[in-house]
Amino acid sequence: MGGVGTGEIEADAAVRGRREEMIDAAGTARNARIDAAPHLRLVPRTMWTRLAHPGHFLRWTGPVMPWLAGLSAVLLAVGLYLTWFVVPPDYQQGETVRIMYIHVPAAWLGVFFYGSMALSAIGTLVWRHPLADVAQRAAAPIGAAFTLICLVTGSLWGKPMWGTYWVWDARLTSMLILFLIYCGIIALWRTIEDPNRAARAIAILTLVGAVNLPIIKFSVNWWSTLHQPASIMRMGGSSIDPSMLYPLLEMILAFTLLGITLHLYAMRTEILRRRVRALTIREAERLDADPRPARPLGQAIRGV
Amino acid sequence: MVIRVMRALIARDLQLAARVGGSGALSLVFFLMIVALVPFALGPDLNLLSRIGPAILWLSAVLATLIGLDRLFQADEEDGSLDLMTGAPAPMEMVVLAKVVAHWLTTGLPLALASPLFGLLVALDGTAMGATALTLLVGTPALTFIGAVGAALTASIRRGGLILAVLVLPLMIPTLIFGVSATDAASGGTVPFTTPLAILAALSLIAAVIGTFAAAAALRWSE
Repeated sequence: MGGVGTGEIEADAAVRGRREEMIDAAGTARNARIDAAPHLRLVPRTMWTRLAHPGHFLRWTGPVMPWLAGLSAVLLAVGLYLTWFVVPPDYQQGETVRIMYIHVPAAWLGVFFYGSMALSAIGTLVWRHPLADVAQRAAAPIGAAFTLICLVTGSLWGKPMWGTYWVWDARLTSMLILFLIYCGIIALWRTIEDPNRAARAIAILTLVGAVNLPIIKFSVNWWSTLHQPASIMRMGGSSIDPSMLYPLLEMILAFTLLGITLHLYAMRTEILRRRVRALTIREAERLDADPRPARPLGQAIRGV
Repeated sequence: MVIRVMRALIARDLQLAARVGGSGALSLVFFLMIVALVPFALGPDLNLLSRIGPAILWLSAVLATLIGLDRLFQADEEDGSLDLMTGAPAPMEMVVLAKVVAHWLTTGLPLALASPLFGLLVALDGTAMGATALTLLVGTPALTFIGAVGAALTASIRRGGLILAVLVLPLMIPTLIFGVSATDAASGGTVPFTTPLAILAALSLIAAVIGTFAAAAALRWSE
Protein backbone atom coordinates (compact mmCIF):
# COMPACT_ATOMS: atom_id res chain seq x y z
CA MET A 1 0.00 0.00 0.00
CA GLY A 2 1.26 3.50 0.56
CA GLY A 3 -0.92 5.32 -1.92
CA VAL A 4 -3.42 8.03 -1.21
CA GLY A 5 -5.53 7.57 1.89
CA THR A 6 -4.11 4.26 2.97
CA GLY A 7 -2.19 5.51 5.97
CA GLU A 8 -4.19 3.77 8.66
CA ILE A 9 -4.22 0.45 6.87
CA GLU A 10 -0.47 0.81 6.59
CA ALA A 11 0.02 1.51 10.29
CA ASP A 12 -2.24 -1.38 11.18
CA ALA A 13 -0.33 -3.72 8.94
CA ALA A 14 2.93 -2.68 10.51
CA VAL A 15 1.65 -3.92 13.87
CA ARG A 16 0.30 -7.18 12.53
CA GLY A 17 3.51 -7.93 10.71
CA ARG A 18 3.84 -6.99 7.11
CA ARG A 19 4.47 -10.46 5.80
CA GLU A 20 0.98 -11.75 6.41
CA GLU A 21 -0.45 -8.52 5.11
CA MET A 22 1.45 -8.89 1.88
CA ILE A 23 0.52 -12.53 1.35
CA ASP A 24 -3.07 -11.59 2.09
CA ALA A 25 -2.93 -8.63 -0.23
CA ALA A 26 -1.34 -10.55 -3.04
CA GLY A 27 -4.08 -13.14 -3.03
CA THR A 28 -7.73 -12.93 -3.88
CA ALA A 29 -8.58 -11.51 -0.45
CA ARG A 30 -7.54 -8.13 -1.85
CA ASN A 31 -11.00 -7.19 -3.00
CA ALA A 32 -12.57 -8.31 0.26
CA ARG A 33 -10.30 -5.94 2.12
CA ILE A 34 -11.29 -3.08 -0.10
CA ASP A 35 -14.94 -3.94 0.46
CA ALA A 36 -14.35 -3.89 4.20
CA ALA A 37 -12.94 -0.38 3.96
CA PRO A 38 -15.27 1.48 1.63
CA HIS A 39 -13.28 4.70 1.82
CA LEU A 40 -10.60 2.95 -0.20
CA ARG A 41 -12.91 2.51 -3.08
CA LEU A 42 -12.24 5.83 -4.68
CA VAL A 43 -13.78 4.66 -7.93
CA PRO A 44 -17.40 3.73 -7.47
CA ARG A 45 -18.71 0.59 -9.08
CA THR A 46 -19.83 2.17 -12.28
CA MET A 47 -19.89 1.34 -15.91
CA TRP A 48 -16.16 2.06 -16.02
CA THR A 49 -15.24 -0.55 -13.40
CA ARG A 50 -17.37 -3.09 -15.22
CA LEU A 51 -15.67 -2.32 -18.50
CA ALA A 52 -12.27 -2.56 -16.85
CA HIS A 53 -12.79 -6.07 -15.51
CA PRO A 54 -10.33 -8.23 -17.48
CA GLY A 55 -12.97 -10.73 -18.61
CA HIS A 56 -15.38 -8.02 -19.67
CA PHE A 57 -12.50 -6.19 -21.29
CA LEU A 58 -11.75 -9.19 -23.51
CA ARG A 59 -15.43 -9.45 -24.40
CA TRP A 60 -16.11 -5.83 -25.30
CA THR A 61 -12.82 -5.20 -27.07
CA GLY A 62 -13.23 -8.30 -29.26
CA PRO A 63 -15.84 -6.83 -31.64
CA VAL A 64 -14.33 -3.34 -31.42
CA MET A 65 -10.87 -4.35 -32.59
CA PRO A 66 -11.55 -4.88 -36.34
CA TRP A 67 -13.32 -1.51 -36.53
CA LEU A 68 -10.48 0.27 -34.75
CA ALA A 69 -7.89 -1.45 -36.91
CA GLY A 70 -9.82 -0.63 -40.09
CA LEU A 71 -10.35 2.98 -39.13
CA SER A 72 -6.70 3.53 -38.27
CA ALA A 73 -5.65 1.83 -41.53
CA VAL A 74 -7.92 4.17 -43.52
CA LEU A 75 -6.73 7.26 -41.65
CA LEU A 76 -3.14 6.19 -42.07
CA ALA A 77 -3.63 5.61 -45.81
CA VAL A 78 -5.23 9.04 -46.21
CA GLY A 79 -2.45 10.62 -44.17
CA LEU A 80 0.29 8.93 -46.18
CA TYR A 81 -1.41 9.94 -49.43
CA LEU A 82 -1.53 13.55 -48.26
CA THR A 83 2.07 13.36 -47.13
CA TRP A 84 3.41 11.95 -50.38
CA PHE A 85 1.25 13.59 -53.04
CA VAL A 86 -0.60 16.61 -51.68
CA VAL A 87 1.70 18.42 -49.29
CA PRO A 88 3.91 20.96 -51.09
CA PRO A 89 7.67 20.63 -50.58
CA ASP A 90 9.06 23.17 -48.15
CA TYR A 91 10.79 26.19 -49.68
CA GLN A 92 13.87 25.56 -47.54
CA GLN A 93 13.82 21.89 -46.68
CA GLY A 94 12.54 20.59 -50.00
CA GLU A 95 11.15 17.08 -50.08
CA THR A 96 12.71 16.09 -46.76
CA VAL A 97 9.95 17.94 -44.95
CA ARG A 98 7.77 14.89 -45.60
CA ILE A 99 9.74 13.02 -42.94
CA MET A 100 8.16 15.37 -40.43
CA TYR A 101 4.75 13.75 -40.96
CA ILE A 102 6.08 10.51 -39.50
CA HIS A 103 8.52 12.09 -37.07
CA VAL A 104 6.19 14.41 -35.15
CA PRO A 105 3.37 11.88 -34.58
CA ALA A 106 5.93 9.27 -33.46
CA ALA A 107 7.42 11.74 -30.98
CA TRP A 108 3.95 12.54 -29.67
CA LEU A 109 3.13 8.86 -29.21
CA GLY A 110 6.45 8.19 -27.49
CA VAL A 111 5.51 10.75 -24.87
CA PHE A 112 1.81 9.77 -24.90
CA PHE A 113 2.56 6.16 -24.00
CA TYR A 114 4.83 7.19 -21.17
CA GLY A 115 1.98 9.31 -19.84
CA SER A 116 -0.46 6.44 -20.14
CA MET A 117 2.05 4.17 -18.39
CA ALA A 118 2.31 6.64 -15.54
CA LEU A 119 -1.50 6.78 -15.23
CA SER A 120 -1.68 2.97 -15.27
CA ALA A 121 1.07 2.91 -12.64
CA ILE A 122 -1.14 4.98 -10.36
CA GLY A 123 -3.94 2.50 -11.06
CA THR A 124 -1.62 -0.35 -10.13
CA LEU A 125 -0.38 1.20 -6.91
CA VAL A 126 -3.56 2.84 -5.61
CA TRP A 127 -6.31 0.48 -6.74
CA ARG A 128 -4.19 -2.58 -7.54
CA HIS A 129 -6.26 -3.02 -10.63
CA PRO A 130 -5.15 -6.02 -12.71
CA LEU A 131 -6.06 -4.27 -15.94
CA ALA A 132 -3.80 -1.36 -14.97
CA ASP A 133 -0.91 -3.85 -14.68
CA VAL A 134 -1.76 -5.19 -18.10
CA ALA A 135 -2.08 -1.72 -19.65
CA GLN A 136 1.25 -0.71 -18.16
CA ARG A 137 3.03 -3.75 -19.47
CA ALA A 138 1.52 -3.54 -22.94
CA ALA A 139 2.35 0.16 -23.33
CA ALA A 140 6.11 -0.12 -22.72
CA PRO A 141 7.27 -1.82 -25.96
CA ILE A 142 4.87 0.25 -28.11
CA GLY A 143 6.06 3.51 -26.58
CA ALA A 144 9.68 2.43 -26.99
CA ALA A 145 9.05 1.55 -30.64
CA PHE A 146 7.50 4.94 -31.41
CA THR A 147 10.33 6.72 -29.61
CA LEU A 148 12.80 4.75 -31.70
CA ILE A 149 10.89 5.65 -34.89
CA CYS A 150 11.08 9.29 -33.82
CA LEU A 151 14.84 9.04 -33.25
CA VAL A 152 15.53 7.22 -36.53
CA THR A 153 13.38 9.53 -38.68
CA GLY A 154 14.88 12.52 -36.88
CA SER A 155 18.42 11.44 -37.69
CA LEU A 156 17.46 10.63 -41.30
CA TRP A 157 16.07 14.14 -41.57
CA GLY A 158 19.14 15.55 -39.85
CA LYS A 159 21.57 14.14 -42.42
CA PRO A 160 20.48 16.37 -45.34
CA MET A 161 19.52 19.29 -43.08
CA TRP A 162 22.32 19.47 -40.54
CA GLY A 163 24.87 17.40 -42.48
CA THR A 164 25.10 14.78 -39.74
CA TYR A 165 22.98 11.95 -38.45
CA TRP A 166 23.22 12.98 -34.86
CA VAL A 167 23.41 16.33 -33.11
CA TRP A 168 23.45 16.71 -29.33
CA ASP A 169 20.47 18.97 -29.57
CA ALA A 170 18.28 19.31 -26.48
CA ARG A 171 15.20 17.71 -28.03
CA LEU A 172 17.07 14.81 -29.62
CA THR A 173 18.90 14.16 -26.39
CA SER A 174 15.71 14.17 -24.32
CA MET A 175 14.11 11.68 -26.70
CA LEU A 176 17.20 9.47 -26.46
CA ILE A 177 16.98 9.52 -22.66
CA LEU A 178 13.27 8.70 -22.87
CA PHE A 179 14.17 5.73 -25.05
CA LEU A 180 16.79 4.60 -22.51
CA ILE A 181 14.22 4.81 -19.70
CA TYR A 182 11.81 2.73 -21.80
CA CYS A 183 14.59 0.18 -22.27
CA GLY A 184 15.16 0.00 -18.51
CA ILE A 185 11.44 -0.53 -17.88
CA ILE A 186 11.19 -3.28 -20.48
CA ALA A 187 14.31 -4.93 -19.07
CA LEU A 188 12.82 -4.92 -15.57
CA TRP A 189 9.58 -6.43 -16.90
CA ARG A 190 11.55 -9.28 -18.38
CA THR A 191 13.59 -9.82 -15.23
CA ILE A 192 10.92 -10.19 -12.55
CA GLU A 193 9.01 -13.37 -13.15
CA ASP A 194 5.92 -12.93 -10.98
CA PRO A 195 3.65 -10.53 -12.91
CA ASN A 196 2.06 -8.96 -9.80
CA ARG A 197 5.39 -8.16 -8.20
CA ALA A 198 6.76 -6.95 -11.51
CA ALA A 199 3.79 -4.64 -12.02
CA ARG A 200 4.27 -2.98 -8.63
CA ALA A 201 8.03 -2.62 -9.04
CA ILE A 202 7.64 -1.14 -12.51
CA ALA A 203 4.85 1.15 -11.39
CA ILE A 204 7.25 2.68 -8.86
CA LEU A 205 9.99 2.97 -11.47
CA THR A 206 7.58 4.52 -13.99
CA LEU A 207 6.40 7.13 -11.50
CA VAL A 208 9.95 7.98 -10.43
CA GLY A 209 10.76 8.35 -14.11
CA ALA A 210 7.68 10.51 -14.66
CA VAL A 211 8.78 12.89 -11.89
CA ASN A 212 12.29 12.93 -13.29
CA LEU A 213 11.42 13.46 -16.95
CA PRO A 214 10.63 17.19 -16.59
CA ILE A 215 13.83 17.61 -14.56
CA ILE A 216 15.82 15.78 -17.23
CA LYS A 217 14.20 17.86 -19.96
CA PHE A 218 15.04 21.07 -18.12
CA SER A 219 18.64 20.04 -17.42
CA VAL A 220 19.21 18.94 -20.99
CA ASN A 221 17.89 22.30 -22.23
CA TRP A 222 20.25 24.10 -19.86
CA TRP A 223 23.13 21.86 -20.87
CA SER A 224 22.56 22.31 -24.58
CA THR A 225 22.37 26.10 -24.37
CA LEU A 226 25.53 26.01 -22.29
CA HIS A 227 27.46 23.92 -24.78
CA GLN A 228 26.20 25.05 -28.13
CA PRO A 229 24.70 28.46 -28.76
CA ALA A 230 21.63 28.20 -30.93
CA SER A 231 23.20 27.33 -34.24
CA ILE A 232 20.66 24.79 -35.32
CA MET A 233 17.93 25.62 -37.70
CA ARG A 234 14.60 24.99 -36.04
CA MET A 235 11.37 23.94 -37.61
CA GLY A 236 9.18 27.03 -37.81
CA GLY A 237 7.22 26.36 -34.65
CA SER A 238 5.48 29.70 -34.75
CA SER A 239 3.51 29.42 -37.95
CA ILE A 240 2.97 26.40 -40.13
CA ASP A 241 1.07 26.98 -43.31
CA PRO A 242 -2.41 25.36 -43.27
CA SER A 243 -1.45 23.29 -46.32
CA MET A 244 1.09 21.55 -44.07
CA LEU A 245 -0.68 21.85 -40.72
CA TYR A 246 -3.85 19.92 -41.60
CA PRO A 247 -2.06 16.89 -43.06
CA LEU A 248 0.14 16.91 -39.96
CA LEU A 249 -2.88 16.94 -37.66
CA GLU A 250 -4.43 14.16 -39.73
CA MET A 251 -1.28 12.08 -39.36
CA ILE A 252 -1.19 12.72 -35.62
CA LEU A 253 -4.78 11.52 -35.37
CA ALA A 254 -4.03 8.43 -37.49
CA PHE A 255 -0.94 7.57 -35.44
CA THR A 256 -2.79 8.03 -32.16
CA LEU A 257 -5.54 5.71 -33.32
CA LEU A 258 -2.94 3.22 -34.55
CA GLY A 259 -1.16 3.39 -31.20
CA ILE A 260 -4.38 2.82 -29.26
CA THR A 261 -5.29 -0.13 -31.50
CA LEU A 262 -1.87 -1.70 -31.01
CA HIS A 263 -2.12 -1.08 -27.28
CA LEU A 264 -5.52 -2.78 -27.01
CA TYR A 265 -4.23 -5.75 -29.03
CA ALA A 266 -1.18 -6.01 -26.78
CA MET A 267 -3.39 -5.80 -23.69
CA ARG A 268 -5.60 -8.62 -24.96
CA THR A 269 -2.55 -10.75 -25.67
CA GLU A 270 -1.17 -10.01 -22.21
CA ILE A 271 -4.43 -11.00 -20.49
CA LEU A 272 -4.49 -14.28 -22.40
CA ARG A 273 -0.82 -14.85 -21.59
CA ARG A 274 -1.57 -14.41 -17.89
CA ARG A 275 -4.46 -16.83 -18.10
CA VAL A 276 -2.20 -19.43 -19.68
CA ARG A 277 0.32 -18.83 -16.92
CA ALA A 278 -2.32 -19.17 -14.19
CA LEU A 279 -3.69 -22.34 -15.76
CA THR A 280 -0.21 -23.84 -16.03
CA ILE A 281 0.45 -23.12 -12.38
CA ARG A 282 -2.91 -24.55 -11.35
CA GLU A 283 -2.26 -27.65 -13.40
CA ALA A 284 1.11 -28.09 -11.74
CA GLU A 285 -0.45 -27.65 -8.31
CA ARG A 286 -3.18 -30.15 -9.10
CA LEU A 287 -0.62 -32.70 -10.18
CA ASP A 288 1.43 -31.88 -7.13
CA ALA A 289 -1.50 -32.43 -4.77
CA ASP A 290 -2.16 -35.85 -6.30
CA PRO A 291 -2.85 -38.34 -3.50
CA ARG A 292 -0.41 -40.90 -4.86
CA PRO A 293 2.43 -40.87 -2.33
CA ALA A 294 6.10 -39.92 -2.67
CA ARG A 295 5.94 -38.32 -6.08
CA PRO A 296 8.88 -36.05 -6.83
CA LEU A 297 7.94 -32.48 -7.64
CA GLY A 298 9.80 -32.50 -10.94
CA GLN A 299 7.73 -35.37 -12.26
CA ALA A 300 4.54 -33.71 -11.14
CA ILE A 301 5.28 -30.54 -13.05
CA ARG A 302 6.21 -32.42 -16.17
CA GLY A 303 2.96 -34.30 -15.81
CA VAL A 304 4.60 -37.73 -15.97
CA MET B 1 12.62 5.50 19.23
CA VAL B 2 12.79 5.96 15.49
CA ILE B 3 15.99 7.95 15.88
CA ARG B 4 17.50 5.14 17.93
CA VAL B 5 16.62 2.59 15.27
CA MET B 6 18.17 4.81 12.63
CA ARG B 7 21.32 5.35 14.63
CA ALA B 8 21.68 1.64 15.28
CA LEU B 9 21.21 0.88 11.58
CA ILE B 10 23.76 3.46 10.49
CA ALA B 11 26.27 2.19 13.05
CA ARG B 12 25.68 -1.39 11.88
CA ASP B 13 26.17 -0.55 8.22
CA LEU B 14 29.28 1.50 8.92
CA GLN B 15 30.72 -1.38 10.92
CA LEU B 16 29.91 -3.82 8.15
CA ALA B 17 31.53 -1.53 5.59
CA ALA B 18 34.63 -1.17 7.74
CA ARG B 19 35.03 -4.86 8.49
CA VAL B 20 33.73 -6.85 5.56
CA GLY B 21 35.88 -6.12 2.57
CA GLY B 22 36.01 -2.40 3.25
CA SER B 23 33.63 -1.30 0.50
CA GLY B 24 34.37 2.37 1.18
CA ALA B 25 38.09 2.00 0.54
CA LEU B 26 37.40 -0.21 -2.45
CA SER B 27 35.16 2.32 -4.20
CA LEU B 28 37.90 4.91 -3.63
CA VAL B 29 40.36 2.62 -5.35
CA PHE B 30 37.89 2.15 -8.20
CA PHE B 31 37.53 5.94 -8.45
CA LEU B 32 41.30 6.30 -8.65
CA MET B 33 41.41 3.52 -11.23
CA ILE B 34 39.05 5.28 -13.64
CA VAL B 35 40.76 8.64 -13.17
CA ALA B 36 44.05 6.92 -13.94
CA LEU B 37 42.65 5.18 -17.02
CA VAL B 38 41.49 8.36 -18.75
CA PRO B 39 44.97 9.77 -19.55
CA PHE B 40 45.84 6.43 -21.15
CA ALA B 41 42.87 6.83 -23.47
CA LEU B 42 43.34 10.54 -24.20
CA GLY B 43 47.09 10.94 -24.08
CA PRO B 44 49.10 12.73 -21.39
CA ASP B 45 48.31 16.27 -22.61
CA LEU B 46 47.99 18.25 -19.37
CA ASN B 47 46.09 21.17 -20.96
CA LEU B 48 43.41 18.88 -22.32
CA LEU B 49 43.25 16.94 -19.05
CA SER B 50 42.86 20.03 -16.92
CA ARG B 51 40.09 21.28 -19.21
CA ILE B 52 38.06 18.08 -18.95
CA GLY B 53 39.30 17.16 -15.46
CA PRO B 54 36.05 17.99 -13.61
CA ALA B 55 34.10 15.93 -16.11
CA ILE B 56 36.44 12.97 -15.58
CA LEU B 57 36.11 13.23 -11.80
CA TRP B 58 32.32 13.46 -11.99
CA LEU B 59 32.00 10.55 -14.38
CA SER B 60 34.26 8.46 -12.16
CA ALA B 61 32.14 9.43 -9.15
CA VAL B 62 28.95 8.30 -10.90
CA LEU B 63 30.50 4.95 -11.80
CA ALA B 64 32.06 4.48 -8.37
CA THR B 65 28.70 5.17 -6.70
CA LEU B 66 27.12 2.56 -8.93
CA ILE B 67 29.60 -0.12 -7.91
CA GLY B 68 28.47 -0.83 -4.38
CA LEU B 69 24.80 -0.07 -4.94
CA ASP B 70 23.56 -3.49 -5.99
CA ARG B 71 24.48 -4.86 -2.56
CA LEU B 72 22.75 -2.02 -0.68
CA PHE B 73 19.58 -3.99 0.06
CA GLN B 74 20.42 -7.30 -1.57
CA ALA B 75 22.80 -8.46 1.15
CA ASP B 76 20.13 -7.83 3.78
CA GLU B 77 17.48 -9.46 1.63
CA GLU B 78 19.60 -12.61 1.34
CA ASP B 79 20.49 -13.10 4.99
CA GLY B 80 17.02 -12.18 6.18
CA SER B 81 17.89 -9.02 8.07
CA LEU B 82 15.64 -7.03 5.73
CA ASP B 83 12.64 -8.97 7.08
CA LEU B 84 13.67 -8.00 10.60
CA MET B 85 13.98 -4.37 9.55
CA THR B 86 10.52 -4.52 7.99
CA GLY B 87 9.18 -5.73 11.29
CA ALA B 88 11.10 -3.14 13.30
CA PRO B 89 9.08 -0.45 15.08
CA ALA B 90 10.25 2.16 12.60
CA PRO B 91 8.71 2.99 9.24
CA MET B 92 10.40 1.50 6.19
CA GLU B 93 11.27 5.00 4.98
CA MET B 94 13.47 5.50 8.05
CA VAL B 95 15.22 2.20 7.44
CA VAL B 96 15.90 3.20 3.85
CA LEU B 97 17.09 6.64 4.93
CA ALA B 98 19.48 5.13 7.48
CA LYS B 99 20.90 2.65 4.99
CA VAL B 100 21.33 5.28 2.29
CA VAL B 101 23.04 7.68 4.69
CA ALA B 102 25.41 4.92 5.77
CA HIS B 103 26.11 4.08 2.13
CA TRP B 104 26.80 7.70 1.30
CA LEU B 105 29.12 8.02 4.30
CA THR B 106 31.16 5.10 2.97
CA THR B 107 31.18 6.01 -0.73
CA GLY B 108 30.03 9.54 -1.60
CA LEU B 109 31.76 11.34 1.24
CA PRO B 110 35.18 9.67 0.77
CA LEU B 111 34.95 10.37 -2.96
CA ALA B 112 34.27 14.06 -2.37
CA LEU B 113 37.04 14.32 0.21
CA ALA B 114 39.58 12.51 -1.95
CA SER B 115 38.70 14.35 -5.17
CA PRO B 116 41.19 17.26 -4.65
CA LEU B 117 43.94 14.67 -4.36
CA PHE B 118 42.83 12.92 -7.53
CA GLY B 119 42.42 16.31 -9.17
CA LEU B 120 46.23 16.57 -9.06
CA LEU B 121 46.40 13.66 -11.49
CA VAL B 122 44.37 15.54 -14.09
CA ALA B 123 46.20 18.82 -13.46
CA LEU B 124 43.35 20.81 -11.91
CA ASP B 125 44.23 24.18 -10.39
CA GLY B 126 43.23 25.19 -6.88
CA THR B 127 39.86 26.74 -7.68
CA ALA B 128 38.74 23.88 -9.87
CA MET B 129 39.86 21.39 -7.22
CA GLY B 130 37.87 23.08 -4.50
CA ALA B 131 34.87 23.48 -6.77
CA THR B 132 34.94 19.81 -7.76
CA ALA B 133 35.14 18.71 -4.14
CA LEU B 134 32.28 21.02 -3.18
CA THR B 135 30.04 19.94 -6.07
CA LEU B 136 30.74 16.29 -5.33
CA LEU B 137 29.89 16.88 -1.69
CA VAL B 138 26.59 18.51 -2.67
CA GLY B 139 25.78 16.25 -5.60
CA THR B 140 26.73 12.70 -4.58
CA PRO B 141 23.74 12.37 -2.18
CA ALA B 142 21.49 12.72 -5.23
CA LEU B 143 23.38 9.88 -6.94
CA THR B 144 23.07 7.64 -3.89
CA PHE B 145 19.37 8.34 -3.35
CA ILE B 146 18.49 7.76 -7.01
CA GLY B 147 20.59 4.62 -6.94
CA ALA B 148 18.76 3.44 -3.82
CA VAL B 149 15.51 3.26 -5.82
CA GLY B 150 17.17 0.97 -8.34
CA ALA B 151 18.80 -1.04 -5.56
CA ALA B 152 15.43 -1.54 -3.86
CA LEU B 153 13.76 -2.55 -7.12
CA THR B 154 16.45 -5.10 -7.91
CA ALA B 155 17.01 -6.32 -4.33
CA SER B 156 15.51 -9.74 -4.93
CA ILE B 157 16.86 -10.18 -8.45
CA ARG B 158 19.93 -12.33 -8.70
CA ARG B 159 22.66 -10.64 -10.72
CA GLY B 160 20.77 -7.37 -10.59
CA GLY B 161 23.88 -5.24 -11.01
CA LEU B 162 23.60 -4.71 -14.75
CA ILE B 163 19.88 -3.96 -14.76
CA LEU B 164 20.40 -1.62 -11.82
CA ALA B 165 22.83 0.43 -13.91
CA VAL B 166 20.42 0.50 -16.86
CA LEU B 167 17.55 1.68 -14.66
CA VAL B 168 19.43 4.27 -12.71
CA LEU B 169 21.91 5.91 -15.07
CA PRO B 170 19.37 7.88 -17.16
CA LEU B 171 17.96 9.37 -13.96
CA MET B 172 21.45 10.49 -12.91
CA ILE B 173 21.94 12.65 -16.00
CA PRO B 174 20.65 15.92 -14.45
CA THR B 175 23.02 15.56 -11.49
CA LEU B 176 25.93 14.95 -13.84
CA ILE B 177 25.01 17.96 -15.98
CA PHE B 178 24.79 20.37 -13.09
CA GLY B 179 27.77 18.91 -11.24
CA VAL B 180 30.06 19.42 -14.20
CA SER B 181 28.60 22.78 -15.21
CA ALA B 182 28.97 24.12 -11.66
CA THR B 183 32.60 23.11 -11.64
CA ASP B 184 33.14 24.69 -15.05
CA ALA B 185 31.42 27.85 -13.85
CA ALA B 186 33.82 28.10 -10.91
CA SER B 187 36.85 28.21 -13.20
CA GLY B 188 35.57 30.98 -15.43
CA GLY B 189 32.29 30.45 -17.20
CA THR B 190 29.34 32.50 -18.37
CA VAL B 191 27.12 31.65 -15.37
CA PRO B 192 27.89 32.45 -11.73
CA PHE B 193 29.06 29.44 -9.70
CA THR B 194 26.19 29.55 -7.23
CA THR B 195 23.39 29.06 -9.80
CA PRO B 196 24.24 25.52 -10.89
CA LEU B 197 25.38 24.72 -7.36
CA ALA B 198 21.98 25.73 -5.96
CA ILE B 199 20.24 23.60 -8.59
CA LEU B 200 22.55 20.72 -7.72
CA ALA B 201 21.60 21.06 -4.06
CA ALA B 202 17.93 21.16 -5.06
CA LEU B 203 18.40 17.97 -7.09
CA SER B 204 19.92 16.29 -4.04
CA LEU B 205 16.99 17.33 -1.86
CA ILE B 206 14.39 16.21 -4.43
CA ALA B 207 16.22 12.92 -4.87
CA ALA B 208 16.29 12.46 -1.08
CA VAL B 209 12.50 12.74 -0.89
CA ILE B 210 11.64 10.72 -4.00
CA GLY B 211 14.38 8.16 -3.42
CA THR B 212 13.44 7.45 0.19
CA PHE B 213 9.75 7.00 -0.47
CA ALA B 214 10.14 5.11 -3.74
CA ALA B 215 12.79 2.75 -2.35
CA ALA B 216 10.70 2.06 0.76
CA ALA B 217 7.65 1.37 -1.38
CA ALA B 218 9.66 -0.92 -3.64
CA LEU B 219 11.02 -2.91 -0.67
CA ARG B 220 7.59 -3.20 0.91
CA TRP B 221 5.98 -4.39 -2.29
CA SER B 222 8.68 -6.79 -3.35
CA GLU B 223 7.48 -9.41 -0.84
